[in-house]
Amino acid sequence: MAARIDVRKTYKLYIGGAFPRSESGYSYIVNDAKGRFVANAALASRKDARDAVVAARKAFGSWSGRTAYNRAQVLYRVAEIMEDRRPQFVQALQQSEGLTTARANAALDAAIDRLVWYAGWADKLTQVVGNANPVAGPFFNLSTPEPTGVVAVLAPQESSLLGLVSVVAPAIVTGNTVVVVSSFDRPLPAVTFAEVLATSDVPGGVVNLLTGSAATIAPWLAAHMDVNAIDLVGVAGEQELATELEVAAADNLKRVRRAPVAEPDWTASPSLDTMTDFVEIKTVWHPMGV
Amino acid sequence: MLAAMPPSPTADLTGLSDVTASESSLTRFLHGLPGVDQVGAEARAASLATRSIKTTAKAQALDLAITMVDLTTLEGQDTPGKVRALAAKAMRPDPADPTCPAAAAVCVYPDMVATAKEVLGDSGVHVAAVATAFPSGRAAMDIKLADTRDAVEAGADEIDMVIDRGAFLSGRYLQVFEEIVAVREACARPGSEDAHLKVIFETGELQTYDNVRRVSWLAMLAGAHFIKTSTGKVQPAATLPVTLVMLEAVRDFRAATGQMVGVKPAGGIRTSKDAIKYLVMVNEVAGGDWLDPDWFRFGASTLLNDLLMQRTKLTTGRYSGPDYFTLD
Repeated sequence: MAARIDVRKTYKLYIGGAFPRSESGYSYIVNDAKGRFVANAALASRKDARDAVVAARKAFGSWSGRTAYNRAQVLYRVAEIMEDRRPQFVQALQQSEGLTTARANAALDAAIDRLVWYAGWADKLTQVVGNANPVAGPFFNLSTPEPTGVVAVLAPQESSLLGLVSVVAPAIVTGNTVVVVSSFDRPLPAVTFAEVLATSDVPGGVVNLLTGSAATIAPWLAAHMDVNAIDLVGVAGEQELATELEVAAADNLKRVRRAPVAEPDWTASPSLDTMTDFVEIKTVWHPMGV
Repeated sequence: MLAAMPPSPTADLTGLSDVTASESSLTRFLHGLPGVDQVGAEARAASLATRSIKTTAKAQALDLAITMVDLTTLEGQDTPGKVRALAAKAMRPDPADPTCPAAAAVCVYPDMVATAKEVLGDSGVHVAAVATAFPSGRAAMDIKLADTRDAVEAGADEIDMVIDRGAFLSGRYLQVFEEIVAVREACARPGSEDAHLKVIFETGELQTYDNVRRVSWLAMLAGAHFIKTSTGKVQPAATLPVTLVMLEAVRDFRAATGQMVGVKPAGGIRTSKDAIKYLVMVNEVAGGDWLDPDWFRFGASTLLNDLLMQRTKLTTGRYSGPDYFTLD
């Protein structure tokens, strides 16, 4: 009897809650840590990035308008579904990062815990970074953090799941919507994460996931006039590209999280900056009493 | 700027003059038109939609599309302020770029014509008014005519009338024909140029492509300057296959009579990509002569902003966003 022929998968993008092929029609080969073929992934083009920004902008109004409590519940639910998909994530982590089963499980645990940690912050961040300001007059003067809008996220190249969750969760928990460019060499955990999002309660368009090259797509996102902020951690160590992106981002005064010299250690406890970098402080004056 | 509109198209209907002599001859003629191959029309429209228009051709197409936009607001909540803002936008769609051409017209309800005219003056941007009990077309004939005369008196350059779909679908073709002729007469403006007549079919209610072909000929025989797909109040509004059938009709009408009639798809065209698909189809089906705001228009409101964003993308090299254009 002939041996069974493998199904060679070609994964797709995640834009506006749907899984389209790249507009360009291109895909690229994804190998595992040892260089063996695993699957094909869609190679996102600038037009996919454009479509993703449109989807993210469309989703922003209702996502940012939800109560913080509700956003927390939605993220907790994502964590639950990640638990359900444990075997798939562990396999993807082993393939892409070359981890042992035990280490892959530990990395997944850390990613899920990170998501739960950020979910908890949804309705607490305002209490910590917001303020009732004392002013010289009979007014309540209240400062609260508001989401900045559409955030372009260049996800880390090395840490394909923990790193991804550590940059996506803080952006969306405060009410932003994101366009994420995944790790180029290790996109499969991100693809599985997109499948989790699609089957969870996260509305379509809140997270849009592009697999492909940050060097190709990022300049378009950095220059895009309808993107409000950009996280450059995915080009860590590539100072020339990072500088170019910062210059492009200055055109419409995007908030920029600058590229570090090397990829950070994602297992370390995150700081609140991960969330406050992508919020605007709104201050309201309100007459006091009568 | 729009060139002066051509003379009346009813001038030469040699060979077609007896068609409209009676209900039965008109019915015989309209039912004698060849049937539309539905699958073929849809496949042809879909294949024309796959053309790739890039770089300089795209820049040209975007500018052409902007000059063809009938910027439309037909809401119960329209205010003079909104109409003034829209008229200002039609004249200078992109205030940041003086090379951006003006739109063709603003399309409003008759009571807003004077307001729009006040802003537009002699800028070359026309005022189009919907008349004849828009959008349903269900009113007595004298009311429809009074509606039209009102708009013409107020200074409308173009009248968008709706046909009586009930009469058309029940086969009373001569009644529809006579209504169009009467409204065309009501468009007359003694001592100055007559208002031009666009005839709206509301193709979403006509059921078949055969009916679209028949009503196109009916309206052209009655002297329409333009034939228009929809009011925008009924779904589906303009579609590529319906517009294809109408473009074939104006092409064939010119071959038969020598007269050109314009086409205006309206409703549901929201993106530059869609607009360019229509332009490709105009060029391929009717011919390059129709690639002119005198002969082809888009009835749209949100389309203009997308055209402007694409135009800005081409000139600046980066994607633009809705924050940089007016809300309308």
